[in-house]
Amino acid sequence: MDTILNIRNLSKTYSSAGRELTVLDNINLSVESGSTVAVVGPSGSGKTTLLGLSAGLDRSTTGTIELNKITLDKLSEDERAKIRNRYVGFIFQNFQLLPTLTALENVMVPLELLGEKNIKNRSNELLDKVGLGGRLHHYPAQLSGGEQQRVSLARAFSNNPKILFADEPTGNLDAETSEKVIKLLFDLNAEAGTTLIIVTHNTELAAGTRRIIRLRGGTIFADEKKS
Amino acid sequence: MKKNPEHAGLSWLFIMAWRDSRRNRSRLLLFLSSIILGIAALVATFSFGYNLQNDINDQARTLVGADLIINDNRLPDQEMQHMLDSLGHQRSQERTFVSMIYFIRSQGTRLVQVRALEGGYPYYGSLETLPAQAALTFRTGRAALVDKTLMLQYGASVGDSIKIGEVSFVIGGILKKSPGRNEISLTAAPPVYIPLRYLAQTGLMQKGSRIDFRYYYKFDSATDILKLVSGIEPRLEKAGMDFETVESRKKNTSRAFDDFTQFLTLISFVALLLGCIGVASSIHIYIRGKISSIAIMRCLGVRSSQTFYIYLIQVMGIALVGSLLGAMLGTAIQQLLPVVLKDFLPFQPSTAISFMAIAQGIGLGLIITLFFALLPLISVRNISPLNSLRLFVEPALGKRDPLQWLLYGMIFLIITVFSRWQMHSWQKALIFAGSILIAFLFLTGVARLLMWVVRRFFPSNSGYLLRQGFANLYRPNNQTIILIITIGLGAAFIGTLYSMQNMLIRRVSVSASANQPNMLLFDIQPAQAEAMVSMTKQFGLPVLQRIPIVTMRIEEFNGVSAAKALKDSADSIPRRAFESELRVTYRDSLLETEKLVSGVFETAVKTPGDTPHISLEERYAGRLHAKVGDRIIFNVQGMLLPVIIGSVRQIDFRRIQPNFRIVFPKGVLETAPQFYVLITHVPSSEVSAHFQQAVVRRYPNISMIDMELILSVLDDILDKISFVIRFMAGFSICTGLVVLIASVLISKYQRIQESVLLRTLGASRRQILIITSLEFFFLGVLGAGTGIILSLAASWALAKFSFEGSFSPEWSALSGLLLVIAGITVFIGVFNSREILNKPPLEILRNEV
Repeated sequence: MDTILNIRNLSKTYSSAGRELTVLDNINLSVESGSTVAVVGPSGSGKTTLLGLSAGLDRSTTGTIELNKITLDKLSEDERAKIRNRYVGFIFQNFQLLPTLTALENVMVPLELLGEKNIKNRSNELLDKVGLGGRLHHYPAQLSGGEQQRVSLARAFSNNPKILFADEPTGNLDAETSEKVIKLLFDLNAEAGTTLIIVTHNTELAAGTRRIIRLRGGTIFADEKKS
Repeated sequence: MKKNPEHAGLSWLFIMAWRDSRRNRSRLLLFLSSIILGIAALVATFSFGYNLQNDINDQARTLVGADLIINDNRLPDQEMQHMLDSLGHQRSQERTFVSMIYFIRSQGTRLVQVRALEGGYPYYGSLETLPAQAALTFRTGRAALVDKTLMLQYGASVGDSIKIGEVSFVIGGILKKSPGRNEISLTAAPPVYIPLRYLAQTGLMQKGSRIDFRYYYKFDSATDILKLVSGIEPRLEKAGMDFETVESRKKNTSRAFDDFTQFLTLISFVALLLGCIGVASSIHIYIRGKISSIAIMRCLGVRSSQTFYIYLIQVMGIALVGSLLGAMLGTAIQQLLPVVLKDFLPFQPSTAISFMAIAQGIGLGLIITLFFALLPLISVRNISPLNSLRLFVEPALGKRDPLQWLLYGMIFLIITVFSRWQMHSWQKALIFAGSILIAFLFLTGVARLLMWVVRRFFPSNSGYLLRQGFANLYRPNNQTIILIITIGLGAAFIGTLYSMQNMLIRRVSVSASANQPNMLLFDIQPAQAEAMVSMTKQFGLPVLQRIPIVTMRIEEFNGVSAAKALKDSADSIPRRAFESELRVTYRDSLLETEKLVSGVFETAVKTPGDTPHISLEERYAGRLHAKVGDRIIFNVQGMLLPVIIGSVRQIDFRRIQPNFRIVFPKGVLETAPQFYVLITHVPSSEVSAHFQQAVVRRYPNISMIDMELILSVLDDILDKISFVIRFMAGFSICTGLVVLIASVLISKYQRIQESVLLRTLGASRRQILIITSLEFFFLGVLGAGTGIILSLAASWALAKFSFEGSFSPEWSALSGLLLVIAGITVFIGVFNSREILNKPPLEILRNEV
């Protein structure tokens, strides 16, 4: 299988109030295309930082990141934005829907950026799939947390991403809603054949993936693959 | 599916801008409210200026009343008279001078401008009279046209009689309007028309009388007037005569009103700048609230430039709406300006809609708003997509972007270029733009200092309410800088206007005080001098000064003759110095109001025949480039008199009294033809009226200026001027208030969570009210206080450099201003926070957040 994400000797250091803080230290990992990976670890272990760097949201201090065989480190911010739009999908803990856009418009944005046609129909279908066909024109503030996360799922899959990054996707949801969202996430992922990388504390969610990477103090503590 | 990220083009940016503005449009309305008044004021003044220019072009002919006017202050010689008689296809002549008029029925006397007219003038436009035919019929009999204000003042009616000099005239009509005069110019000496043929009989054309000789010409349409004028110009100049054509009137009137409209435009521009500061501040807060949305868009693949354009489109869209509304309001206000300014204009100005003015107002509004808006907007480019994750990100809005310095430079450049366009001088434009910059920097500095001082030194053991109120001045989302700039500039404006008006009034009213001279009698002939002194004393009035006046011209200056100077335009001595008739006096001492700057003041010539040493007034000497030791030959009514400049004096012109550019020592001019001015002090208006009546009856040629009257006229003029200034400054002040309201409302959005939290934790209405009041009271006092300090500096500079007088601040009025502004600020602050006070916390959160 092809490698979709290849990380070599990755480190990330922040400067704050004159002090250096190393959040990630010499990370090496490869993720195969179509696989599902959970990144787990205690708070402050560097999970979200790893996700942000892998998705091209930030620059590493040292090391290289290849996403879909494109080295991100040398790209400008706008070039990385283009990569995100073409190959990457996101799901956030706090949903991160654009508050002034309706559910439908939120799902349409990635497709509009791509200059696609018939995007309304495709977005409608996606929202139907997540069970929100009747709430197309509602604003995020008019939806419950679970509904917002389902819109977020529809948006994440709308541009047929090659890789999907999910940052604590059930962190803000109750158990029952979490269960539904997890099922939906894995179903959609299986259908689309997308690589899925989830940062989570949720063991149930992590258990659903084929590989679990455990981080501690900014380094990979364990890398467990299921057969 | 084919993917092409380049396809999210311009239309998508507009769609996203529209979508993103949803639910925030009421906040965006606050931005536009800040610029509406500034643009309205600009469009109104631009429109007024353009209409005025069109009116001047259209009406110049009726303002002049003839194709050509030639005038001089002496009778032309025979050769010149021959030329004057040969010009034009129709001609009229007029003698104009000031004299006393006596209303026989009411026994009232008044200084007027007598216009003795012969011929069909005006050829364009008309003398507007009541009855209308009086404009023609007064010329055929011994009748006069009397100005309408005089008629009202003395309760006179058509058919009554007036006496001018030795002759009585029947009032043939009421003069409502004459060509080219504005109301203000007529207030001191209102006009009275009489037929020229009766002038000699009045006995007022005596030696020393200041008479203006005017010749009006109408040419047939085939005549090339410009060519004709250029043909006779050298002869007129040689004879020291002035001339005016329709074209030269257009130019002169335009120039005069250019200064005025320029001044109004700059006041309007300041209102716009003030509004733009409000815009910049509002956008800064707006973008702060949009960080999360921008970060999400960036995660989804929107380029940083695209996010920047999305917000730029929103801001410019709102600026366009604001500009259009401003232009509409300005066009409406423009209908009012002619009403406000009517007394200053020589005609009724039109109020047509000027599309050029609207376009300029909107264009300028958009450009200046764009640059101010860009200051906070450029930070959008630096908002990281990481903000969407739960990660610590350096705040993008707090960093100083190098592009910001470029924008500050551009704003300064725009202000300077605009001022240059208005004032036609780079130096003045730089001073104007520099003053604005200094005011802004000063106010910003004070605001920053305040925040630092409160944070550093405010006692931590003070009560909670006090601590919370003061802490609001420096905590995140504070409005300290913007409110202090807004309030400060408003206060600076009002304070400076107030001081300026007081300075002007004080400057003239110094002569109204007790033992100061308050009545001038002039044109007293030598034979009348002694009798006039006795008569004054008979009325129990003091003779404060009896001043002899001799008229003369400069014949030669340091070896340069008048003929040569008039021919050679490159000469450094102004041609006017040789052309004009000088009125000089002689005395043996300096006056109280005079100070010697250089040389020695010669009191009297030591030996008859010695070359006298004269004294020149400082600024006059400057204009002549003359210094002590230079030589002048005067032509004293035909006799050449060489003199040496012995001294240069400085005169305090604030006291209204005859001041002389040239003073001779005693023992030189006593035998020259001369006339006198007598100065006295009348204790009351009753004594003044009786005295004037007696003088006019006995010596009709003697004119009197009643200072009380002049002061009340000046007061009236100043009132009108200050009303115009206040009317225009009102835009700046109202803009300041709008920005203040907008800033307070925006800060309400920022603070609402916190106030609601306080309410939820059990804070009472009273406690929230005290916290809010304290914050705004302190902002109001400090903003107004700083503004008043600025106004004091500006007033001092005006007093020193423009009015050349001393400056004494009106502390009580300025303290009142401070309290009023602080009160308004607290009121607006508390009024806009009333929702938080009166409604349940949850309801507010649902509505506002």
